Amino acid sequence: MTIEMEVPPAETGPARLPRLLPPVPVRGLRAHDERYGPVRLCGEALIAEVERSGLTGRGGAAFPAGRKLRSVADRAGRRGAVLIANGMESEPLSAKDASLLARAPHLVLDGIALAAEAVGADQAYLCVHRPGQAEELSAAAAERAGRDAVTIALLPDRYVASEASALVNYLNGGPAVPLFTPPRPFERGVRGRPTLVSNVETLANVALISRHGAGWFRSAGAPDAPGSALVTVTGAVRRPGVHEIALGTPLRDVLALAGVSGTSDAQAVLAGGYFGSWLPGRIALGVPASAPGLRAAGASFGAGILMVLPPAGCGLAETARVIRYLAGQSAGQCGPCLHGLPEIATAMERLAFGGGPGRAVRALTELCALVEGRGACHLPGGVARLAASALRVFSDDVRHHQRGPCAGARGRAAFWVPPAGPGERA
Amino acid sequence: MSKQLRVNPILCDAHGVCAELLPELIRLDPWGYPLLAPGTVPPDLEPIARRTVRSCPKLALVLERAGQEQQGNPGSVPK
Repeated sequence: MTIEMEVPPAETGPARLPRLLPPVPVRGLRAHDERYGPVRLCGEALIAEVERSGLTGRGGAAFPAGRKLRSVADRAGRRGAVLIANGMESEPLSAKDASLLARAPHLVLDGIALAAEAVGADQAYLCVHRPGQAEELSAAAAERAGRDAVTIALLPDRYVASEASALVNYLNGGPAVPLFTPPRPFERGVRGRPTLVSNVETLANVALISRHGAGWFRSAGAPDAPGSALVTVTGAVRRPGVHEIALGTPLRDVLALAGVSGTSDAQAVLAGGYFGSWLPGRIALGVPASAPGLRAAGASFGAGILMVLPPAGCGLAETARVIRYLAGQSAGQCGPCLHGLPEIATAMERLAFGGGPGRAVRALTELCALVEGRGACHLPGGVARLAASALRVFSDDVRHHQRGPCAGARGRAAFWVPPAGPGERA
Repeated sequence: MSKQLRVNPILCDAHGVCAELLPELIRLDPWGYPLLAPGTVPPDLEPIARRTVRSCPKLALVLERAGQEQQGNPGSVPK
């Protein structure tokens, strides 16, 4: 997307988007070096520049990237640290990390090398779950022999495998499921060492900040959410896909990139993906696409997923399908998640497809309160938040469903949801 | 230094011993897993809280310095 912005001196970096996502893939190392030029800042100077840039994590939590780099660098000591680049993208709706890794693999690999060096990591991993992706990235990494080294790790494809402690667990020889924290990875991670776990888009931004600096980085985006970000627009849209946007762009303009022309096209928007919250269409369109903007509206930016519910769709039915899928993705380690999520899914299905909600709303509210914050990872809380937002945004539908499921719920699903089988997806 | 209880939900197997020994601070959810009263452990309950921690058959209950789990980086969510 092209957004007019204050134009920084031309030699400091591209004045317009795209920054991260070249329109044509830049696969080879030579083509990459020609397009992006050499890296500039590194080490402590780079950490300070990332702190000044205001870059936040693009994996979902939007934690300040500079502070995270610093916290690992401070702990590295003589034993050294470890870096994990998270390219798992377990949110089934998200395609932005895959797009980035396919179109600018060396930008991510630059970021990995720079961040590893800055925090004192002598070992770096790039975690993905698609075999084809691992092959391509291994070939890209091989091109850099002598420049830097990264191990491409192919992990199982399951929702919770992308959680930071699950990556650490796997690289330590365990299963790719979350650990009990603290200690968190930045305190004690791979082989007991301080471990930086960072999303691949965050690391690509670090590579650009090294080249062009914090001032350039902040020349796009909003003061409270600087820079650009990759979003995946999906659901009932004419042109689903991944776009790079200036953070703070109104959702209306972001959705327009996918062919959404207004509230007549969007009954509601699921912002943040399965780990996010619903927003009514009429409110969503005016909200700035950024972590603070969406938080203020009662949703989240998460990993930049925006799923559009069509006017005739039933939000309760779609939510029920998503929650049944998420319940199947529980690693089964924690009792409240193992038992609670299937019960939440059943209550949601009763509400959406049953002969009248009856006590389902109250049961749902109680169950959500019961599972929140009681797992090793945030999966139960995510499900509770999604269910609560559905009850809030689709409260009229809840009332209409007293007389039985609506036409939308009886009809075909508006969205593809992966099969609800437990564990790994095919 | 005030203390707080925390359950390791991965280890916990719903034996329920903790709720038997320390009903003042621990009750069980519908599936038998412990629900902890919010806040710190009152000083007069600390000795029994310590014994409860030692009695958990899965060693899933910990008594720690209050505020410990809030420290650091929350940046670890599945996405």
